Amino acid sequence: MSSNNFNNDNQEDGQGEEMSSNMQTPSAAGLAEVAGSRKQNHPGSHAMGVGLEARGIHAWFGEKHVLSNVSLDFWPGTVTALIGPSGCGKSTFIRTLNRMHEFIPGAAMAGEVLLNGDDIYAPGTDVTKIRLKVGMVFQKPNPFPSMTIAENVLAGLKLAQIKQANKDDLLEECLERAGLWNEVKDRLNHHGGSLSGGQQQRLCIARSLAVRPQVLLMDEPCSALDPGSTLKIEETISHLSSSVTIIIVTHNMQQAARVSDYTAFFLADGGPGEMVEVGPTNEIFSRPKDKRTENYITGRFG
Amino acid sequence: MLQDSGVSSVQFAPIDLDKVEKRVLTTTPRLSDRIFRGVVTSGGLSSLIILGLIFVFLLYEGYSTLHSQGLHFLTGQNWQAVVDDQNRFDAVHSHFGLSAMLIGTLVISVIAIIFGVPISVLTAIFLVFYAPNAIRKSMVTIIDLMAAFPSILFGLWGLFILDPSGEYWAKLIHKYLHWIPFFNMPKDSLYFQKSPFIAGLVLAIMIIPIVTSISREILSQTPLDRVQAAYALGATRWAMIKNVAMPYARSGIVGSAMLGLGRAMGETVAVFTVLNIVYQINWHVLLSAGGNVASMIILKFGEASPQEVKALMAAGLVLFLVTLLVNALADAIVSRTGKSGR
Amino acid sequence: MTSQLQATDLSSVKPSKPWKPSKRDRIEILLTLFASVLISLLIVGIKGWKSGGGVGHVYFSGLTQMKGKLAYLAVFFITYLILDFTVSTIRRGTAAGKDAIFRALVTIATTIALFPIISILISAWMRGHKGLHLSLFSKDMHSSAFTDPITHGGLIHAILGTGVLVILSVLISVPLGVLTALYLTEIQGRFTRPIKFLVQAMSGVPSIVAGLFILAAIVYPLSKSFNGFEGSLALAILMIPTVARTSEEVLKLIPGDLREAGVALGGTQWRTVAMVVVPATRSGLITAIILGVARIAGETAPVVLLTGGADTINTNPFHGTIGSLPFYIWNGFLAGTPESVTRAWAAILVLLVLVLVLFSLARYLGSRKVGGK
Repeated sequence: MSSNNFNNDNQEDGQGEEMSSNMQTPSAAGLAEVAGSRKQNHPGSHAMGVGLEARGIHAWFGEKHVLSNVSLDFWPGTVTALIGPSGCGKSTFIRTLNRMHEFIPGAAMAGEVLLNGDDIYAPGTDVTKIRLKVGMVFQKPNPFPSMTIAENVLAGLKLAQIKQANKDDLLEECLERAGLWNEVKDRLNHHGGSLSGGQQQRLCIARSLAVRPQVLLMDEPCSALDPGSTLKIEETISHLSSSVTIIIVTHNMQQAARVSDYTAFFLADGGPGEMVEVGPTNEIFSRPKDKRTENYITGRFG
Repeated sequence: MLQDSGVSSVQFAPIDLDKVEKRVLTTTPRLSDRIFRGVVTSGGLSSLIILGLIFVFLLYEGYSTLHSQGLHFLTGQNWQAVVDDQNRFDAVHSHFGLSAMLIGTLVISVIAIIFGVPISVLTAIFLVFYAPNAIRKSMVTIIDLMAAFPSILFGLWGLFILDPSGEYWAKLIHKYLHWIPFFNMPKDSLYFQKSPFIAGLVLAIMIIPIVTSISREILSQTPLDRVQAAYALGATRWAMIKNVAMPYARSGIVGSAMLGLGRAMGETVAVFTVLNIVYQINWHVLLSAGGNVASMIILKFGEASPQEVKALMAAGLVLFLVTLLVNALADAIVSRTGKSGR
Repeated sequence: MTSQLQATDLSSVKPSKPWKPSKRDRIEILLTLFASVLISLLIVGIKGWKSGGGVGHVYFSGLTQMKGKLAYLAVFFITYLILDFTVSTIRRGTAAGKDAIFRALVTIATTIALFPIISILISAWMRGHKGLHLSLFSKDMHSSAFTDPITHGGLIHAILGTGVLVILSVLISVPLGVLTALYLTEIQGRFTRPIKFLVQAMSGVPSIVAGLFILAAIVYPLSKSFNGFEGSLALAILMIPTVARTSEEVLKLIPGDLREAGVALGGTQWRTVAMVVVPATRSGLITAIILGVARIAGETAPVVLLTGGADTINTNPFHGTIGSLPFYIWNGFLAGTPESVTRAWAAILVLLVLVLVLFSLARYLGSRKVGGK
């Protein structure tokens, strides 16, 4: 395709004429068009209730303040992309959403994360239950090495001690939803490590789905993958978005434009990372309100 | 806030950062996790408990000797358990002084270090910077295998194979280097076999695996960018090793030598097998007489009276504390490697 | 331009490694080696090759009084150092000369380090195989003395005894060693640094001290008799650090990602460790155990102090004295007659084979990828 793609870690075939012509000239308008080409979900009212709300989140590593005052709502059935340059606190932010942040020694936070209206940081909360409801897919595919494909998918049940009557159905359903069933149905007893990188990542998605999370956090899920695999993951995300709230961190603005309904732009300008702007994806890419957002999405920095 | 209304009011409201309070992350682990952490922690503390118990019990058994002998236990030169005619222990005439064996331990270990460490370090350098891959892999395996050899094998080998040819070398050293006090021999004694020199050589061989493998590990951690920077400045391999690798690894190598020293000091069976154990202070390393604390314990233990056993326990306590000290120093030095900003 | 480029015949391009030593370099190296062989021969001389029926000895006494194979090797090393240095300095300057001398030095050191290993293996075989016979593995020593001809008696009691001691030590030390490693890698509490140090310190505890400790803590106050269990306790003390450190190494290889993934799926730490982390390191943990066993199988001092060394088969570690290979070797050595020493070497050979097998097994398992089946 185009050789001067400004963001070549995620270049794909089969995106159609319109897209490839846009990619020749990196511009906010081009991204906006990509974003506009996707039918976006914008919840019309508060009737359904907010699934996950972050209220004034701050984060520290030791004394270093890395994230300041981020408030964001994530509505059921939507995909929210978090974009921004490296070190702006995107990953830290999503790790506060399922309490993975506290694994880093010296970590501290402030603010509230409300899941169905309850603060997940409230004293006495069962952390493992939170993580069951808010699943996570990591940057690098990490299937459990000692387990087969089938065991990997069902690992969550064992780990969280969930009783499940019909495991085979669940196995098929999860692999189906992750778009992997057809590729692996004949070798469910092979080791997870025998799959390609992209397949492994979809296996990890299937693994997360098996415990039926309400929200799925994805921390740059495609950064270690080739373009073809990235495309497959993006398709999977599109299919999943109707049933699971998805929050995806990405360095790739094209990807944000392609998969998300909402985009939030994070930036750390010397101090702690902040959320500069948030809005429907096509608006962010076509009419950014903030100058810094515009500079970033037009490729002037970052 | 994804609604058009209310978005900006939440996130762009000016905030006073000083007022933000860090939340206490109240993770109350489940019962299963608390049990797990408890079990693992108590298992992890086993080394502390065992070392503590070793100290307590050896002190308990050896206390009476330490108390009656006082400082003499470390400085005294004779070890005599005297019994009277009714075969009862005679506390007044018995003397337990460890100095001959302490000095013997030191002499043998130092010989082991003098021969063992240079060979080990040079071997480590060869393996890291010179050896082709295949040779490196097989050499590492062979040297690691050597670490698993039983010590009595080293002892028997030292006695039956090394000692006869070592005698020849000892005579040679004596002939040409007798003006150095250590290599001198007392008058009329020309018995060169089973000497501290030979025992030191055996121990030198025994510490090669541990010193080599630690030095190798530390040398191989030399930052590659520094190595390449040196080569890019036109350094020969020797110049690179001297100016980049050795400064980086120096303290680690010293630490590995200390670890080797600790091993050499505590060795029992190999020294017992090779050395002609005589209870006297002997600085003539080529003379067939010497000993170390560990080998003396196993030698005397068989026919020791209960009181002498207590003295041997005290000797064991001294040996334990000395090796612990040497190991502590070694550990402190090794873990410093690379941290100082060279 | 373009046509010229196309005209290049690609089939004539062959990969080459111009940085490898050229033919000339190699000849130079060989010549240096050969010259050193000759010169050291001249200095030391060599005491002949036995020809044919062993009648004719070829003597060349050399220019000095030095003699013997070791002397020859030593002189050869020194000669080679000097020659290599001279040649390199003349051809490429002082810096290259220093480089050459150091290269020669490290090569020589490695050869010297290899020397005893090979010598030990050869002598164990040469002296041990004479004492090997089948009944070694079927008889014990209850009706034979160490000074009897080698065909009398055997060491089945010692082999079984060592097996019992080792199994018991494994049962004691592996849980403690692995828990210590898990503490260091999974819990990382405030004791991490001190425990790391203590494990290191424990690996330096002399084996005789471990033996004395069990004497002081168990034999004198409690049991007042020797048995296999006491020996195993002392051996376990020596084995724990090996197991702990090797296990820690393999546990550290497990990426933190996997632990996070386990927890992110709603697993507790306990279930994540038990179902994800430990299974992924299984072969590594087995390697740790095997290396620990290799470390203690030949330990002599604690066995001599604590087990009493029976001459007959006793597989009950909790009652009565028990034989073992190190004890057998020890007795054979102490008895001091040619027969008994041959017995000791034969037992050493058996022990060595055992250690070799264990060691190769550990290598094989350790070489497989972490997380394999």
